[in-house]
Amino acid sequence: MEALVAITIGTLTAVGLYLTLRLRSFPVILGLTMLSYAVNVFLFASGRLVQNQAPIIGSGETYADPLPQALVLTAIVISFGMTAVIMIMAIGGFLESGHDRVNMAASDPADADQDDAEEGWA
Amino acid sequence: MTGHWIILPVVLPAFVAGLMVTAMRNDLLLKRVTGVTSILLLNALALALLWSASTHGPQVYFLGDWPAPFGIVLVLDRLSAMMVLLLAALALAVVLYAIGSGWDAKGAHFHPLLQFLLMGIGGAFLTGDAFNLFVFFEILLIASYGLMIHGGGSARARAGLQYVAFNLIGSSLFLFALALTYSVTGTLNIADLAAKLPDLPQGDAAMLRVTAVLLILVFAIKGALVPLQFWLPGTYANAPGVVAAMFAVMTKVGAYATLRFGAMVFPPDLPATGTLISDLILPAGLVTLVIGAIGVLGASTLPRLVAFGGIASMGTAFIAIGAFTPATTAAALYYILHSTLATAAMFLVADLVIRRRAHARLTETAPPIAQAGLISALYMAAAIAMAGMPPLSGFLGKLLILDAFRAQAPLVWSVILLSSFLMILGFARAGSTLFWKPSAMEAAPDDRAPEGLAFTGTFGLLAGLVALTLLAGPVTGWLGATSESLYAPQGYIAAARLGQGG
Repeated sequence: MEALVAITIGTLTAVGLYLTLRLRSFPVILGLTMLSYAVNVFLFASGRLVQNQAPIIGSGETYADPLPQALVLTAIVISFGMTAVIMIMAIGGFLESGHDRVNMAASDPADADQDDAEEGWA
Repeated sequence: MTGHWIILPVVLPAFVAGLMVTAMRNDLLLKRVTGVTSILLLNALALALLWSASTHGPQVYFLGDWPAPFGIVLVLDRLSAMMVLLLAALALAVVLYAIGSGWDAKGAHFHPLLQFLLMGIGGAFLTGDAFNLFVFFEILLIASYGLMIHGGGSARARAGLQYVAFNLIGSSLFLFALALTYSVTGTLNIADLAAKLPDLPQGDAAMLRVTAVLLILVFAIKGALVPLQFWLPGTYANAPGVVAAMFAVMTKVGAYATLRFGAMVFPPDLPATGTLISDLILPAGLVTLVIGAIGVLGASTLPRLVAFGGIASMGTAFIAIGAFTPATTAAALYYILHSTLATAAMFLVADLVIRRRAHARLTETAPPIAQAGLISALYMAAAIAMAGMPPLSGFLGKLLILDAFRAQAPLVWSVILLSSFLMILGFARAGSTLFWKPSAMEAAPDDRAPEGLAFTGTFGLLAGLVALTLLAGPVTGWLGATSESLYAPQGYIAAARLGQGG
């Protein structure tokens, strides 16, 4: 089981990193989601892998560590919320600039060249 | 005893922010009054906590009364109390500036987001639990995402996207580091870690080294240490000026966490890690300082100039942090206090200029701005502070750092002194483009409302710098004792009352 979990985490991380390095915002968000899946499984593994055990001390010979489960729960909630936020920001950026490139090209008239004094903090 | 006071810097802004979002949605005046009142209360609280931490030593607050290390604790010691006070003081100047300049009226939720940011940063300073530190990082980040794109605009939205993506990767890295920490040590409580790590079995040393480097990487992202500084210029230059000023304390969260973990959890005398962290941070800090100084010299717009000045100041702070001795840490703490106020003041001055000037570029002149005399004086004071020239506290801060690095004088001294020279050049060149060259041109008509509160906020920060200079003697004495306590964490560990509970 250790090998399976390790391969899963490795694959998810590799896919996540590759997608995060893409130029369009949608693959980047997918990549961030993959990374958060990888880290969630990794957090689980930090309490050692045990099968068919209750997370209660004294319920059997061994027990499943309950703390990583609590940590994963927190991490899932946070990454879920963060994904929602970055999604909204990507959509906002797409609607405002008309494309979903992540990089800020110097030729782009939108940045570094704003003349409007009110909004010109560029 | 402080009792429940320790958690109030977290609960107060959270409560006020919730109240603002639900009950004061459409009433800007009410939000302004509540926001300023809340921040004033936070300042009073921070002062009381600082006094309490200085006289009674480290104190702990058990959340939900669960005994450490099973529950989450908040620990108030001299360092965390000092950082909370710095945060509260900066927030006061920023909120006054935001109200005076009208920045807070450009979007619906400036004040609640600012309160949530205060909650996150305050919690990150106070927490005594590594996973809880992650949670507070996320709170401060999600509030900063909202503040970053406050006011809208295409460039800002896309710079915000980069900022969020970069920080989400940082968060994933943080979680990997925390999972490794837990799998090696079985605990995430900082005091428990500090107590347990010296007795760690030899076989776990390699894992522990990986953990330490991962954690420091995460804090380096937050603190904009080279080569992880790329997010900072774009973010700070595109964020509203007043928000960028508030962000000056966010990089210090990275510096604080590096200090907390590097000095307390992975001290240089820990056999498993040894000088590993110091070996990584010190060269990175030197490169950060050089890159920041070159950036100041080469920046094409005013906001980028200030952002690179911020990077340079983080470089200086990290050089001092990276040595991990009591003397250098005391110098680092003084410099952190100074550079937070100085960077924020510079961002506010830059915002004063930008909102009056025809464009933000430094490559060409523009007609003279309204109130040029006053603003140019403010610019000069802030630039002197940023570059570290006498008579302001930047000079004293750098002097303290130079003095603490007598052993490595050739390298550290030459980098710090040369980069200071580059920064003086950069700020002087920008100042002459902004204020001198336009004096021959015809002034634009001044139809702005007077911004008394905006100038009050800026002057307040500069007054803080002056106070830091005048009170340098007592302040450095206090900071010396603070850094001593950081390297002798017995008090901190005893305060957490591991395994005994409240």
